[in-house]
Amino acid sequence: MKNNKITIKDTNLYYDDFHALKDINMDVVENEITAFIGPSGCGKSTLLKSLNRMNDLIEGCKITGDLRLDGEDIYGNMDVNLLRKRVGMVFQRPNPFPMSVYDNIAYGPRTHGIRSRVELDEIVENSLRGAAAWDDFKDRLKQSALGLSGGQQQRLCIARAIAVEPEVLLMDEPTSALDPISTAKIEELVQEIKDQYTVVIVTHNMQQAARISDVTAFFLLGELIEMEKTDKIFSVPKDKRTEDYITGRFG
Amino acid sequence: MVRSKQVNFEHQASARNREDARYPESAGHQRDACARSDLRNQAVEVGDKGMSKGIKKSHEKQLIDTIKEGGVGFAFLVSALVSVAAVILISIFIFANGFSAIGKIGIADFFLGEKWKPAMGIFGIYPMIIGSIYVTLGAVIIGAPIGIMTAVYLAEYCPKKIHPFFSGLINLMAGIPSVLYGFFGLVVIVPLIRDNLNSQGMSLLAASILLGIMILPTIVAISQSSLKAVNPGYYEGSLALGATHERSIFAVKMKAASSGIISAVILGVGRAIGETMAVIMVAGNQAIIPKSVLEGVRTMTGNIVIEMGYATDLHRQALLATAAVLFVFILLVNLAFSIFLRRSSQ
Amino acid sequence: MNKTPASERDNGRKSRMSSSKSASRLKLSGLIARIFVKGGALITLAIIVTIVAYILIKGIPNIKLDLFDWEYNSENVSMMPAIVNTVVMVVVTLIIAVPIGIGAAVYMVEYVSKGSKLAKVIKLATETLAGVPSIVYGLFGALFFVKFLEFQLSILAGCLTLAIMILPLVMGTTEEALRMVPISYKEGSLALGATRAQTIFKVQLGPATPGILSGVIIAVGRIVGESAALVFTSGTIAKPLASMLSSGRTLSVHMYVLSGEGFHIEQTYATATVLMVLVLILNGLSSLIAKRLGSKNEKESK
Repeated sequence: MKNNKITIKDTNLYYDDFHALKDINMDVVENEITAFIGPSGCGKSTLLKSLNRMNDLIEGCKITGDLRLDGEDIYGNMDVNLLRKRVGMVFQRPNPFPMSVYDNIAYGPRTHGIRSRVELDEIVENSLRGAAAWDDFKDRLKQSALGLSGGQQQRLCIARAIAVEPEVLLMDEPTSALDPISTAKIEELVQEIKDQYTVVIVTHNMQQAARISDVTAFFLLGELIEMEKTDKIFSVPKDKRTEDYITGRFG
Repeated sequence: MVRSKQVNFEHQASARNREDARYPESAGHQRDACARSDLRNQAVEVGDKGMSKGIKKSHEKQLIDTIKEGGVGFAFLVSALVSVAAVILISIFIFANGFSAIGKIGIADFFLGEKWKPAMGIFGIYPMIIGSIYVTLGAVIIGAPIGIMTAVYLAEYCPKKIHPFFSGLINLMAGIPSVLYGFFGLVVIVPLIRDNLNSQGMSLLAASILLGIMILPTIVAISQSSLKAVNPGYYEGSLALGATHERSIFAVKMKAASSGIISAVILGVGRAIGETMAVIMVAGNQAIIPKSVLEGVRTMTGNIVIEMGYATDLHRQALLATAAVLFVFILLVNLAFSIFLRRSSQ
Repeated sequence: MNKTPASERDNGRKSRMSSSKSASRLKLSGLIARIFVKGGALITLAIIVTIVAYILIKGIPNIKLDLFDWEYNSENVSMMPAIVNTVVMVVVTLIIAVPIGIGAAVYMVEYVSKGSKLAKVIKLATETLAGVPSIVYGLFGALFFVKFLEFQLSILAGCLTLAIMILPLVMGTTEEALRMVPISYKEGSLALGATRAQTIFKVQLGPATPGILSGVIIAVGRIVGESAALVFTSGTIAKPLASMLSSGRTLSVHMYVLSGEGFHIEQTYATATVLMVLVLILNGLSSLIAKRLGSKNEKESK
């Protein structure tokens, strides 16, 4: 039996007066891929961003409830920078920094106190290997990351995220800006890394959720409608609304 | 257990359009939008022509309209060409006079001569060139760090309520005339230096401090806007790796905005090197190269204003030649500025 | 693929990125950075407040009624002639520069495509003009208007010089304001059969007025504050204006001459205060318009 990595209890989130998440309760299991699906505006990205407190950046955002990482209160005494080191994130649009490939990956470790060139070299190589990108990038570590293609940039961002050894990796529609071939590569990669990380992925692409995730959670209008093993939710959804969504009747 | 978190970050999008504003259109998109509107302009033009054919106007009225249209368009064109004419005229008048003087004095004697003695017919502007460079350098050393830090504060730290007030003050600072800065330098900075340091007060130091202050609004305004133009994804990406607000700003955002910040400093250099009245009032204006920051200094601009009133013949021309050299300096600075600005918008 | 087992990697790195240590280090460097940023902002704030407060506090007690006498003489260095000259200078310069600036901006926005060679040349010229220091304008004015066109040291020569100086400013703000006017206005007007010129004058310039106005106010500020460009064009004679072709000093030039002479310290402070108040008023006006503009744009975008 695997552990619960993240537990979410009675969580509500408001943007000023707008009630964006309503009484969310769920557990995210360690070393599994959990997919959040639902029509846009359903709150799936919002919930993802409250797991590493990126929602703190949004003015007027208020969250109540109990969110825990390994039993530690995410909104309690935990240092937010350490939280984000433990809970990494890959964004919808690849956002490599305007630096070389090497410096992009070394940025996180440097942030957390690693200065030695030898160690950094090793981390960069391991992270790129971890992101299945070493062969592509080993000859252009000194090149600017902004010159890479979208798919390469996103793999670089994944390598950058795993370079700080997170425990959880949050992915916010990581392939929505990519072409099908890059998408396939990223999907393959996500499945490869799941024995080392707990992955939570937001996707608006139901086939993607079906292909790669172990567990799928369906959101609608800020509510968690159904959360089940992926093969079950796509074959025998319990809720009528889930069925409507996955059969394409709305959204 | 119930808690609430409310964090206000001034630079983040308002709640109303939070989803869209997280990823504002990148520069590339904006360029696309421009291109699109250009296309639209053309489309409108085509439509316009088609239309006037379609609607039946009396022949005479149409002719009058065409003439009117042409006349108005011509007037606009002439207006637009005024600035081109002005640049050409300024260049001709300054350079023609300046170059003939340099020819008479001799290139080496003029540029490298360390003595400026108009009464004896010796016109070496080397001390003034060095003076301008020193003063400008001093201004940048003082003004750039303060200005850049202020820009970072305004872009990343300033509470929303204070922001309009603070940027209003920066605007005010940009609007204060040189003579007022000069007067302030004369009655505040110069006595401070005279009384506390072993100096007569009017000095390279006084001029540098004053110019450092005067270039602040330029540096603040341009640095701030280039910081604000940085793709917010960089900042978020850095935070998501566990970096603090500070590291995300200094290691990522400022790096991304570096071309813009450099161009801000370059524009500040342009302001400092061209500044005249304020410098004259506090610099001491001795036409020799200062040996320390506490000694007096004369800039190229100072050289012109101080002696132009009574100069005649070659002396007058030598002053115009000084202006020509100054003009070249300014053109080079402007060139550097536009190069960096172009780079920052890419 | 050559992957290190997860457990090994974890062991290998926990010692390196030890979390509590790096967190406190991060906090410290963050604190230092904050001190620098807030310190810099505080210095800027202190400087500007000091300058304004110092001049006002020292000057206000020295403002006496006879400083506004019609006559200037060595006993009473009245600033009245200079104020009159300044007003004339502002009005005439604007009359020359504003129509040209607006016309040029209209040409750039409506008549020429952004990428064309002509547009690039005009843009380059405008940018160059914007960077020319006032002393160079002053010398050019002295050579061209005063000597070559034989206007002598005169208000007119000063106005013409300043008109060139503020041209890029008026042009730039007008261009920006025109580009903000929704394209639908123009399309609507053209669709009704209005000519291009009619459309510009009746539909496009109207909504752009506040933007143009804020540029004009900044230009007024520059005219009022200018000294280096005027000393050798309109000169330093402290008499009220006789004709456009006679020399006369503006308030800023007056200020420069007074503080250079150093005889009338109190009066100099008073003059500085009047100048500062003028600048404050102009600044207030322009930020008022900017605020109006901002709220209007917000409304429209809603």
